[in-house]
Parts: sequence; C-alpha cells; structure tokens
Amino acid sequence: MARIDLVDLAHSYGGNDAAPESFALKPISMTWRQGGAYALLGPSGCGKTTLLNLISGIVTPSRGKILFDGVDITLRSTRERNIAQVFQFPVIYDTMTVGQNLAFPLKNRGVPKAEVDKRVAEIARLLDLTADVNRKATRLTADAKQKISLGRGLVRSDVAAVLFDEPLTVIDPELKWQLRSKLKALHRELDLTMIYVTHDQTEALTFADTVVVMHDGRVVQSGTPAELFEKPAHTFVGYFIGSPGMNIIAAEVKGREARIDGHTITLNRGYDALPAGAKVEIGVRPEFVEVTAPTPGLLTAKIDRIDDLGRIRFARVRVGDVKFAARVPAAFAPSEGCVGLKFDPANVHVYADSRLVEGAA
Amino acid sequence: MDKTVNQKAWFLVLPVFAVVAFSAILPLMTVVNYSMQDTFGNNQFFWNGVGWFKELLDPSTDLGSRFFASLWRNLFFSAVILAIEVPLGIVIALSMPTKGWTVAACLVILALPLLIPWNVVGTIWQIFGREDIGLLGYVLNHIGIPYNYVANDIDAWITIIVMDVWHWTSLVALLCYAGLKSIPDAYYQAAQIDGASRWSVFTAIQLPKMNRVLLIAVLLRFMDSFMIYTEPFVVTGGGPGNSTTFISIELVKIALGQFDLGKAAALSLVYNLIILIVCWVFYTVMTNAGIERPQKEGVA
Repeated sequence: MARIDLVDLAHSYGGNDAAPESFALKPISMTWRQGGAYALLGPSGCGKTTLLNLISGIVTPSRGKILFDGVDITLRSTRERNIAQVFQFPVIYDTMTVGQNLAFPLKNRGVPKAEVDKRVAEIARLLDLTADVNRKATRLTADAKQKISLGRGLVRSDVAAVLFDEPLTVIDPELKWQLRSKLKALHRELDLTMIYVTHDQTEALTFADTVVVMHDGRVVQSGTPAELFEKPAHTFVGYFIGSPGMNIIAAEVKGREARIDGHTITLNRGYDALPAGAKVEIGVRPEFVEVTAPTPGLLTAKIDRIDDLGRIRFARVRVGDVKFAARVPAAFAPSEGCVGLKFDPANVHVYADSRLVEGAA
Repeated sequence: MDKTVNQKAWFLVLPVFAVVAFSAILPLMTVVNYSMQDTFGNNQFFWNGVGWFKELLDPSTDLGSRFFASLWRNLFFSAVILAIEVPLGIVIALSMPTKGWTVAACLVILALPLLIPWNVVGTIWQIFGREDIGLLGYVLNHIGIPYNYVANDIDAWITIIVMDVWHWTSLVALLCYAGLKSIPDAYYQAAQIDGASRWSVFTAIQLPKMNRVLLIAVLLRFMDSFMIYTEPFVVTGGGPGNSTTFISIELVKIALGQFDLGKAAALSLVYNLIILIVCWVFYTVMTNAGIERPQKEGVA
C-alpha cells in the first residue's frame, strides 16, 4: 500500500536519444493516492500499457523518477517494488493446480503455510474458484484461467498497488460485469491502490473513482467520470468518452458569442482572452443539443438519420458540411428535412488548440 | 456433414498403394519368407518354420546370446546418450541469446554438426581419436592419460558416446530453443511479478512449455540411437571384440558376413517390431500429453 508519485517520467523504446515526439510516453508528473481506484483509459498505442509497465518495473524508464511513499524506486526490480499485475491474456502455471497457482506469489516470498492456505481459500471464495482449487489449472476454460490470474494479483495483501492490463479482454460479456463489480467490491474491502488499463470507456467509468485519459503518450485529463463527461479538458476526451462522442465544431468565438455557419450561439461565459492565432472550436455533447421543429433564431440542420438507442434517440444531422449528433426529445416526431438545433449554453465549451478554455463569469 | 460415397476414390489411392507395395511390402515379405527358411549355397532353401525365432529369443543359443547382448548394449547406449544430450540440449537452449545477430550465429554453429554426413562424422572421430596422428588421441596420451579406442573397451565407448553427443545435441538444443521462443513474454513478466526465482521460472514455465518438443526430441534421439550403424561402424567396426557391436552391426554381420539370411531375417523382423512398439508408445504418450481438455462444468 503506497502513494505513487511519477516525477517527469518519460519513456522511449528507441532509447533516451530518440526524438521527443517519438516517445511512447511523453514526460508526465502525477500522483496516485493510496487506496484509489484508477482507470487508465485511451485507444490502442496511446502509452497506457507502457505507463503501467513502468510502474510495475517490467520496463525501466528512459527519464524521470517513480516514488513509492516518497522513496525513489525507479531502478528497483519488480520483486522489490512489491507490485501485483494482471495481464491481458491468462498466465497460468501449467503443472500446478488452481490452489498452487494462487499460492505461488506467497510461497515465493516465504509466507508461512497457514497464512498461505488462509489467503488462497479467501481469494478462491471471492472469485468463485473454491470448487476448482484442487484441479489442474490447464484443464479450465479461458474465463477461469483469467480468474486465476486475477486471483494471483490479489492474493498478496501487502502490495503497493495492483495493476490490471485490460484483464477482461478474454472474458464473456456477462461474466465481465460480474467480475468488474467484484473487483470494485474487493477494492473497497482490501483498501488497495488499483490501476486498471482499458480502452473501453464503460469499463473505465464503472470501475474507477478517477479516470486518467491518455492520448498519444500524454495524460490529457484525469478526473471523476462526471468531470470527464461534463467538462472534458481536451477535445480528445470529449470525443473519446460518451457515445456518441462530443460534437466538436470550428467556430468564431468573441465575448459571449460563438458563430457557426453565420449563426450565433449564446455562451454562458465570456471568452475575450483567447490566445491569438489558435484554432478555436466549440464542444457540446449530443445530450445538450436538442432537435426541435425549425424555428427562426435557431441553427437549422438537415437530418441524415436517427439512431434509436432504446431509452434515448440521437439524430445525426448536418449543418452545411459539419456533422452533428443531437438528442431527440421523446415527444418530438421529426418530419422530413430540416430541424432547428437548441443548445444548452451552460454545457457549450470553448477549446483553443484542442484545450479547454475557462471563460470569465 | 454428409459424406458422399464414391467408390471411384479408390483409384486415387492406387498409385500410392503400388509404390508402397514395391518399396516396402514386397521387400518385407521376402524378409518374412527368408526368416522361415535356412539357406545354403547354390540358392538352396530348406523350410525351418519358426525355428530361427525360437533360437533368437533363447539366450542360451549362439544367435540368442548375440541378439540379447547387442540389444542390451544398444539400450544402454541409448540411455546414456539421452541422459547426456537432453539436459545438455536444454542448458544450451536456455543460455542462447534471444535477439540480435548472435542468434543467427548460434543457430548456424549449432546446425553445422547436423549437416555432416554420418560416415564423415565417423571418419572425423576415427582420425581425431587416433593416438599416432589424431589430435585428441595424441594430446591425451602425451599428457599422460592412456587412451586407445582400438584396444580398450571403455575408451571405445567413450569415443562413440562423445561423438554422438557432438553430432546430435544440437538437434535437442534447436528443438528446445524453438519451444522456448514460443513462450509469450507475459509469462516471464508474470513470474517476475510473482517473485519467482530463476529455478521456479524453469520448472513452472519453461519446462512445462517445452514438454512437447522434448518428447519429440527424446523420440527422435531414441530411434536414431537405437538404429545407429554408420558412425560406430566407421570408428570401431563394432570392436574391440564385440564391445561396441550394436544390433544393426550384428545384423549386418549375420546377413552379409556369414550370409545366414534366415537368422538375419528373423532378427530384423524382431528389431522392426521393437521399433514399432516404441513408436506406438511414444505416439500415444505424445497425443495424450499434448491435448488440453477444457471442462465447461468447472466454470461458475
């Protein structure tokens, strides 16, 4: 159990002299508090697994330091760091039974037998593996094998942190939900720091208290699921989180007004101090744009199609060449052709060069 | 899927059947024919029934004693070279580099002995071990270790065993290396995370993942060493005395030296049968060991 600090940490698989833009992980500094449930979210190749492997010590960083509770452990081995990690695909020791697999990390550290048996029984119970404890691990399905991997990650109670690298990839969707809530329950029960890498936003948002979004080797935002949804700090976060993602539209912003396609939208805040020459965009989630009958004074759009997601409907519309997604109110029966778009000013954000600009009240 | 019945398909098998008949079945039948008869000069044959087989399996007769002596000798030889080559091959495979140009260099060096024709291997060691002109024999005798594979049984055995290890350990090493290469990195990373020692990594990950290639390696090396002929024949000619006369050498002595075709045929049939049985046992073990049987009911 530990607080983990990353200080100017950066890594390049091409060595320290590689061009800064080619770094798999660009320099970051951040703190993971003890006992937190974190999700590291981002598309494939954004550097999230690299970051995880740096923390666990499988990869040694090109630059920067990692501190556990203030102690520099950058050059220490995985074993000394006392970290647990669960990988994407099940790793089991073929010759051992399920119980022996679970006991392996404890035995290697010389934990007394009575204690080992107690922990193994407890973890097997938590993961519904009790019936299989004496069976050969190779004889089980991929699901069960991955549960063993998870169990090996959780069996030590004194670890600095448990790291999960997309651990539920091989698991059936039904079991995925169960296991995720189980992990969450375990987190509350065991007071462990957990870092969970995934490219699946549902997984990240349901598991974590704090979601860290990565893009192209950088951390672009770290916050609660609500913060990421309501106030994305980067257009990438807006686009990546939410389904459908945020509408990002090039606009001219002046004071409390944004102009799109010759039409003016009122903003809640004043944006007089926008950096000169920056690419200015506004971002608004489809949930905060409403489709109405065409009305003078509203932005007019053409409907491409309507996606019915069951409890909510989204219209895919077009203003000139710009595509939008917008919510269709339950009572509204869209007729052919044109509609008006009504924006919720409190949830329209302004981005300069992809980064959120805080307006003046 | 329904199978279509089409008797014409037999015609497709016919060419293969014809080839196999001429290359294997007919020669084998002549051997069976010989094994039941006694031969004399002028192509005279006399019916002997199962007489040769009875004599062969009875150690108190001349033929039986020669057969069993060479059989035990051969089994002992196979056991010794397996006991050396398998662990040595594993150690070599484990200590090989995993990336960079050194991999290619190691693979080429390892493959070299495998590319040399067997009688050339025999000749190399025959000359290498000679005490007058051979580097090994001369040096050993010169530094005070008496060594003469022509006169001394133990020296002859050591020479043949070292030669076989030199010739064939590479095969085991290459197979093991291929087995090791197929282990995903995640296994090593997980073992690191679990705090496994080098020895546990070997016993818990590498050895179990290598077991299939090891079985193949053991099978190949056993069969090859059980059928060995050329190399010991070139080096020692089966001597001194009969001390390195393996089954195949004995067989050639009986068949071509004494021209006892009946005895030789009986011996070769029994020899063949032993090899078939060993193959079958290995095949059964391998197919059973290789299959993972996931059992659905175990999953909650």
